[in-house]
Amino acid sequence: MSGAGDMLLDVRSLEAGYGATRVLFGIDLQVPAGSVTALLGANGAGKTSTLRALCGLIRRQGRITLAGERIDGLATEEIVRRGVAHVPDGRGTFTGLTTEENLRMGACTRRDKAGVRADFERFYEYFPRLHERRHQQAGTLSGGEQQMLAIARALMLRPRLLLMDEPSFGLAPKVVQDIFRIMQRVRSEQQVAILLVEQNASLALDLADHAYLLETGRIVLAGPAAAVRKDEAVRNAYLGGHPA
Amino acid sequence: MNAFLSQVMAGLATGGIYASLALALVMIYRSTHHVNFAQGEMAMFSTFIASLLVQAGWPYWAAFFATVAIAFVMGAAIEVSLIRRLRHAPVLAIVVVFVALLVILHSLAGWLFGYAIRSFPSPFGEAKVAGGLLSPHQLGAIGITLVMLALVYLFFRYSPLGLQMRATAENPVSSQLVGVRVSRMLALGWGLAGAIGAVAGMMIAPVVFLDVHMMSGVLLYAFAAAVLGGVSSAPGAVAGGFIVGVLENLLGTYVVGAELKLSVALVLIIIVLVARPTGLFGKATVVRV
Repeated sequence: MSGAGDMLLDVRSLEAGYGATRVLFGIDLQVPAGSVTALLGANGAGKTSTLRALCGLIRRQGRITLAGERIDGLATEEIVRRGVAHVPDGRGTFTGLTTEENLRMGACTRRDKAGVRADFERFYEYFPRLHERRHQQAGTLSGGEQQMLAIARALMLRPRLLLMDEPSFGLAPKVVQDIFRIMQRVRSEQQVAILLVEQNASLALDLADHAYLLETGRIVLAGPAAAVRKDEAVRNAYLGGHPA
Repeated sequence: MNAFLSQVMAGLATGGIYASLALALVMIYRSTHHVNFAQGEMAMFSTFIASLLVQAGWPYWAAFFATVAIAFVMGAAIEVSLIRRLRHAPVLAIVVVFVALLVILHSLAGWLFGYAIRSFPSPFGEAKVAGGLLSPHQLGAIGITLVMLALVYLFFRYSPLGLQMRATAENPVSSQLVGVRVSRMLALGWGLAGAIGAVAGMMIAPVVFLDVHMMSGVLLYAFAAAVLGGVSSAPGAVAGGFIVGVLENLLGTYVVGAELKLSVALVLIIIVLVARPTGLFGKATVVRV
C-alpha cells in the first residue's frame, strides 16, 4: 500500500478496551479515499470495537488521522461532524421517531437545505421501501428495513467515510443481497470511502478493494481484496474452504 | 349544578398548573431517567425572582418573560454544573443529589427572600371567584397554560431542534453518531423544564400566595399527574395534570373534604402504580439485555 498521503483514514497502533479489559492490541489500518476496505474476522475478534474506537465510542489510544487531521482526541459528535458516519451494530434505529424523522436526524448537522432535500429524493429512490414507510414509526419496520434505514441515515450526513458494522447481520439471504446491491450502487455513485466490518467474508470481499483480517485484537493479514481471497488460511477459516 | 361545574372548572385551572409541572418532570425523566425532586423548588425560586422584579417596578409582562429566561438559564446551569457530573453515578446517589437540591433551593429562597407569605400579582385581575364560574385570573391562567403547552408541542413536533431533543432522549448513542451534541441537548432540556416550571409557579402564586412552601403540594400533584399519564409520556403528563386537578377539587369538595385533598394525590399515585404501572398513556419499557 502507498504512503499515508492519499489515505483518507490512517490508523496507527490503535489500542482500546472496555474498562480493564483490552480488546485491541495495536491496530494499523488505512482506508484510501473513495474505496471500500473490508475488516474481516471471527466473532469477538474486535471488529465492532475497532469501529467504536475509531469514532470515540470507547476509550482508545493510538494515532487516528482523517484526511491529515488528528481525530483520536475528539468526542464522537465532533468526529461525526468531520464526515465520519456510522452504521452501528444493532442498527441504532430511533424507534419512536418516524422513518422520515430518522433520516432527518442523519442530516441534522447539515445547513444546505436544498442538498438535504435532494438527498431525501435520492435515498428514497435507493430504498423505495423506506419511502413507502416514511410516516411509519421506525420501530415497527422489519430488520431489513431498519438496516436500510441505518444506511440511508448514515448517507444523509454526506460522509467522507462510512463505517459499516455487519450490515448482513440477522437478515434473510434475499435481503442481504438487496442491501449489498445497493451498497455497490453507493460505492459507484457516492464520493464516500467505506470501512466495512463483516462476518460474511465472501460478500465483503466482493465489494472491497482492500481487506484486513483481524484475530483477537490484532491484524494478521492485509492486502488487496483479491489477494486476501486467495489466501489459504482465509479460505479455510472464513470462506468455507471453497475455491474463490 | 352550577357549583359542581364551577368546581370542575376550578379543577381545570389548577390542573393546568399540575400539567405544566408534570410536563417539566417528564421532559427531564425522558432524557435522563432522573426524577427531578427539585422541580417545584426551582419554580418557587423563579417566582420569587418575578416578585422581586415586579416590586422593582417592572411591568408585569416584562417581569414574566425575564423570569422565564432566568429560569431557563438556571435550569441549564444546574444541568451543566451538577447533573452532568453524575452521569455514571448510582441511582441512589442521584436521588440524594436531587433531594439535596430541593433542600438547598428551599432554604436559599428562605434566606434570600424570607419566610413571610407574600401576595403575588396576577395580570388578569382578581384571583377570587366573584361572579361567573371562574375568576379572571383562573381564566387567564388556563389561557397561558394552554398557549405554553401548544408552543412546547409545536417546538418538539416541528422544529429541527425539538426533533434532536426527542432523538437524544430516546437514543443518545445514535444521536451522537449523527453528530448531535448530546450534552447541549440535555442542558437545553433542563432549561426548558425550568422555564415551564417558572410559568407554572407564576400562575399558581396569585392563588396559593408566594412563600417557600408554595410548591410542595403542587409538586406532589404533579407527580401524581406524571405517574397517571405514564412517566414517559408528555401528552400523558398534561392529560394527567388536568385529571388530577379536577379529581382533587371534586373529591375535596364532595367526598373527603379539604383536609384530605393532598392524600388524594398520594392515593392516586399508589393506585396507578399498583393497577397500571405504565399509566394511562405510557408504554411499557422493554430493556434489551
